[in-house]
Amino acid sequence: MSEQKRPHILVTGAAGALAQQVIQRLRQDCDLVAVDFREQVYLGDDIPSYCIDFNKRVFEDLFRRYDFDGVIHLGRVQSSQLTRMRRYNANVLGTQKLLDLSHKYGIRRVVVLSTYHVYGATAYNPALIDEEAPLKSAGLSMDLVDSVELENLANIYLWRYPELNITILRPCNIVGPGVRNSISTLLGSEHAPVLAGFSPMMQFIHIDDMATALVLAYHHKARGVFNVAPDDWVAYQHALQLCGCRRIPVPSIPPSLARTILRTLKLRSFPSYLMNFFKYPVVIDGRLFAREFDFTPERSLKEIFRYYRENKHPV
Amino acid sequence: MSLTSRIKSALVPSSLEDQIRKISKPIGSLGYDPWGYNNETIKYGFSFTRLLYEKYFRVETHGVEKVPAEGPVLLIANHSGQLPLDGLLIGYALASRSDKPRIPRAMIERFFPTVPYLGNLLNEFGAVLGDPVNCAKMLANNEAVIVFPEGVRGSGKLYRDRYQLKRFGNGFMHLAMKYRATIVPVGVVGCEETIPAIANVKPLAKLLGVPYVPVAVPAVLPAKVHLNFGDPMIFDESEIPEEQVTERVEQVKAAISELIDKGLSERKGLF
Repeated sequence: MSEQKRPHILVTGAAGALAQQVIQRLRQDCDLVAVDFREQVYLGDDIPSYCIDFNKRVFEDLFRRYDFDGVIHLGRVQSSQLTRMRRYNANVLGTQKLLDLSHKYGIRRVVVLSTYHVYGATAYNPALIDEEAPLKSAGLSMDLVDSVELENLANIYLWRYPELNITILRPCNIVGPGVRNSISTLLGSEHAPVLAGFSPMMQFIHIDDMATALVLAYHHKARGVFNVAPDDWVAYQHALQLCGCRRIPVPSIPPSLARTILRTLKLRSFPSYLMNFFKYPVVIDGRLFAREFDFTPERSLKEIFRYYRENKHPV
Repeated sequence: MSLTSRIKSALVPSSLEDQIRKISKPIGSLGYDPWGYNNETIKYGFSFTRLLYEKYFRVETHGVEKVPAEGPVLLIANHSGQLPLDGLLIGYALASRSDKPRIPRAMIERFFPTVPYLGNLLNEFGAVLGDPVNCAKMLANNEAVIVFPEGVRGSGKLYRDRYQLKRFGNGFMHLAMKYRATIVPVGVVGCEETIPAIANVKPLAKLLGVPYVPVAVPAVLPAKVHLNFGDPMIFDESEIPEEQVTERVEQVKAAISELIDKGLSERKGLF
C-alpha cells in the first residue's frame, strides 16, 4: 500500500511575517517551497527558499522542479512600498505569470491574498460591505489600481480555469507581532497622525488568526471571493489610545489642505492616497467566510492593542 | 475619584446607566457596532437630549408604546426644521419609554459623514448614513430605524410650506416588505417652528457642497413639539408592480398626514 502523498505547496511572499505563520502551520503535513522577490529567507532545512522575481524566466524552473499541488499567494507589494510602476509589475504582471504557470502545471488549489483597500474609502460607503460591492478604489486613487487589478486578474482566472480552484481573501487590517504594514506601524509608534474630527470605524485581525484563515481556506476548496474580518469594531482614534499612541491631529478641511500636508510630510505609514481610509469607514462583512470555512478569530481587539501598548519600548 | 469620572457621574446618573443597560444592542467587545454606535457616548447623548426633550422643546408624546418591543421596525416620519432635531426627539422618545425601551437608528443625509467631529458624533449616537444597504443590514439585525422619506426636500423646506408633506421616496416600502419590518408612522409637529427659514440660498449651498443654506434666525427657537406615533402597519412581501408600491407609500403618507393634523389640533400655541 502506497503512503498518501503529502501535498506540495508553493508559498509566495515568504519574507513576510504572515507567510511565515502560514508556513509554521502547514510544514507538519505538507511539503513547502518558499519564494520571495525581496530577499531569501532561511526557513529550516526542510523548506527550500528562493529569492526570485516572478517575471523572470527562472521562476518557471520551480514549477518544473517541484510538482506543486497548490499555491498560496501572499507576495504582494504593499501600497506604501516601491513606486507605482514597480508595484504594478510585481503585483499584477507577477500574479498573472504565477496564475499562468499554475494553469500550465496543473495546480489544483490557489489562495490569493487581497486587501479590503479594494473597496475604496468614500463618505458614502455603507457599513458591512459585502463581497459583491463594487471595487471603487481604482477610481479613487491611482496608487491602489494595482490592488484592484490583481483581484480582477484572479477573478478572470477563477472563472476561466475553474480547475485552479481559486479563492481570493480580502482581509481587514492585519496586525500583530512582525507585521510591517502601514497600520501596524502606526499602532506601534509613539505618535500617530489623525485627521482632526475624523475617527472612522476600523476592523483588525491578528496575524495568527489571519494565518489560520489562510490555512482553512487552503484546505477547504470553496472557490470565490471572501472578506475576512472579525465581528468586532473600533474607532481609529480609540484604537490609537488603547495602543498608547499620542494622537497628532492634521487639519482635515478643506481636504486639499490635508492632502498637501500629507504629501509634504511623506509619511510612509500615513500616505496621502490612504488619507480617506483614516477619514471614512470601510467596514467589511466577514460573516460569509466565517460560515463557509467555519472560522472564528481567537485574538480579541483588547489583546491586539495590549501587544502594541506593551511593546512601545522593546528591550 | 478622577475629574473625568466626576464629570461622568454628574452627567450620567446611575438611573440612566440602568436605562441604557436595559437596551441590548449587538455590539463588539469595545462597545461599538459596525456603524459606529458607541455604548458609552450614547449615555452623554441621552443626558443632553433629555434636556432638549424635557426642558427646551417640552415634547409631548402619544402612542410610543405602539412601537413593537422587538424585531425590525421602520419609524416613518415627516421631516422639517433644517436640523435633524426631529430624528433626535423621536429616538429619545423610544429610548426613554419605561417599558421595553429601544434605541432606534436614524438615517442621516449623505452630507454629514463629510463634516468633521459632527459626523462621528452622530454615528456614536446611533445615526447612520442614509444608504439602502445600511438600512437593509440594520433591519436584518432586528433594529428599529427612523426614516424620513422626504429627505432634504422635507428638512430644507421653507416656513411658508410648513406641514405640507413633500414627495415620499419608495425605498423604505421595498425594504419594509423585503425584511418584513413593521412600519410605525410618526407625525412631528413643532420642529417646523424651531428654525423658520424664509429662503434658501441655492448658489451658496452648491458652493459649500451642502444640501441647502437657509435664510433664518441664527438660533433654534424653543417651539413646543408634539410627537404622535400611529398604529403599526404591516405590508406583505408579495411581488407587486411599482405602482402598487407607491399606493402603499401613499397609505403611510396619509397616516402621517392624519397624525400631523392631530398634533396641530392638540397644540395651543407655538411655544
